[in-house]
Amino acid sequence: MEIDPLIFRLSIFILSIFVGYYVVWSVTPSLHTPLMSVTNAISSVIIVGAIIAGLSGNSDSIFNTSSIFGFLAIALAAINIFGGFLVTQRMLAMYKKKTKDKK
Amino acid sequence: MISANLSAIFYLVSGVLFILALRGLSSPETSRQGNLFGILGMVIAITVTFLSTGNFSSGFIFVLIFILAGGTIGGFIAYRIPMTAMPELVAGFHSLVGLAAVFVAISAFLNPEAFNLGSPGKIKLGSLIEMSIGAAVGAITFSGSVIAFLKLQGIMSGSPITFKGQHPLNALILITIVVLIYLLCSTQSPNIFWILLLVSFLIGFLLIIPIGGADMPVVISMLNSYSGWAAAGIGFTLENTALIITGALVGSSGAILSYIMCKGMNRSFFNVILGGFGATEEIKSGSNKEQRPVKSGNADDAAFLMKNASSVIIVPGYGMAVAQAQHALREMVDTLKKNDIKVSYAIHPVAGRMPGHMNVLLAEANVPYDEVFELEEINNDFANADVAFVIGANDVTNPVAKSDPQSPIYGMPVLDVEKCKSVLFVKRSLSPGYAGIDNDLFYKENTLMLFADAKKMTEDITKNL
Repeated sequence: MEIDPLIFRLSIFILSIFVGYYVVWSVTPSLHTPLMSVTNAISSVIIVGAIIAGLSGNSDSIFNTSSIFGFLAIALAAINIFGGFLVTQRMLAMYKKKTKDKK
Repeated sequence: MISANLSAIFYLVSGVLFILALRGLSSPETSRQGNLFGILGMVIAITVTFLSTGNFSSGFIFVLIFILAGGTIGGFIAYRIPMTAMPELVAGFHSLVGLAAVFVAISAFLNPEAFNLGSPGKIKLGSLIEMSIGAAVGAITFSGSVIAFLKLQGIMSGSPITFKGQHPLNALILITIVVLIYLLCSTQSPNIFWILLLVSFLIGFLLIIPIGGADMPVVISMLNSYSGWAAAGIGFTLENTALIITGALVGSSGAILSYIMCKGMNRSFFNVILGGFGATEEIKSGSNKEQRPVKSGNADDAAFLMKNASSVIIVPGYGMAVAQAQHALREMVDTLKKNDIKVSYAIHPVAGRMPGHMNVLLAEANVPYDEVFELEEINNDFANADVAFVIGANDVTNPVAKSDPQSPIYGMPVLDVEKCKSVLFVKRSLSPGYAGIDNDLFYKENTLMLFADAKKMTEDITKNL
């Protein structure tokens, strides 16, 4: 009997939860805010689904009810992707080590 | 067009890059590289999606237009947002992820052929379950985050909104959601799908309104987690590895942060979620408040104390963010350092309105991160320090948490500020903090209260140093 592909996806999912668990515990508390903004950015990889939805219209009608929701989702996810990564970059650039005073 | 297998491998690669992005955050040095990994992972995922659909018709142009439109808005926001508004921004962004998940689910429900999920009315059972879970969690994330955003932004009052029968109502709605998903799977009726979405939006709203302002760190982390689970749900529907991995990562990340925040307040997750904290206690403390003497001073006294100290520990809290006092504080510390006084910062896990909020503000004010310490790292140092400078924090310094088992914050880890030789406490008035209880620290022999706006007081002290 063949194994349902769902089981494979479920395995990936469960193992990723464990990876996430250990990786996130090793994040230093001072970077918890960038952690939130970057997780926010990467969860917008949902744009992948939005693109498929947006391209689902045929050549006669690019816009149907389904693809319009897709396009809206693309815009929302894009706000998050650009906003999330940029603001994380901006925050991380501020974390500096002590500079040795010349005095 | 590339084969399904090849694109699956690329999605896996982008999932791994996202893991590395989080891994980079284990130290500030590696974090910037980590962020680049994240961006690379995203670029790969998007490119592969284009290549695998192989559709470069006019629809493709519109996809690019919408990406650019969203990207411009996002970039603009990220560039302009002040660091003090970070909690609002993150809450706002979560709502967008939630809504995007809802839209993708709607799109897949209306046009399942495009996603290989069957045909309308005959969607594969497994996909339908995954899709409806993703949509429901996405909707909860959206409306919950909108409420969190409004509360943080101050558009909506930060105090808990409670009413009779709140918890039974919420429980009833949650059961309704499960029943609706079951009905949807057995009938495939679009009407039930829409009702499911509406009810989910409603419960997201109802779940967050009873939670007060200072519990926002838990709420934001929780919504962070939800947005991950929503993404994972959609990932299962689309059979997309990158989404599944990311959803799991984000989901567990948010859950861990919620746990850390709850532990920082010594409260159970359910106690926070059920809400209403601080609302009942306020009445009690108001009625039997006795007048106890406090010592209050001015900037001159504070400057004198600090000038004669050899080590100073700064305890910042949400009040510093409200007063935008981080730059003024940094200037004061610079002056202290010039006088060879050792200065360090002590950060409580729940200081501010989101995890790590204080650290970002101090980093913004150019405070080196190796001068900033977490509670466990620095708590023993208070006994050897000369002056503790509490600016905008309150409950997290209250020694009652260690001494009075009757107190609502008993058992909460607190900074041992009272062990310092002297304590300077910047606060606008003697009003109790979020937990609605009096802070014993105000009445200690060695405490000097500085009644003023945090920013103005800090500037005045600098002038007097």
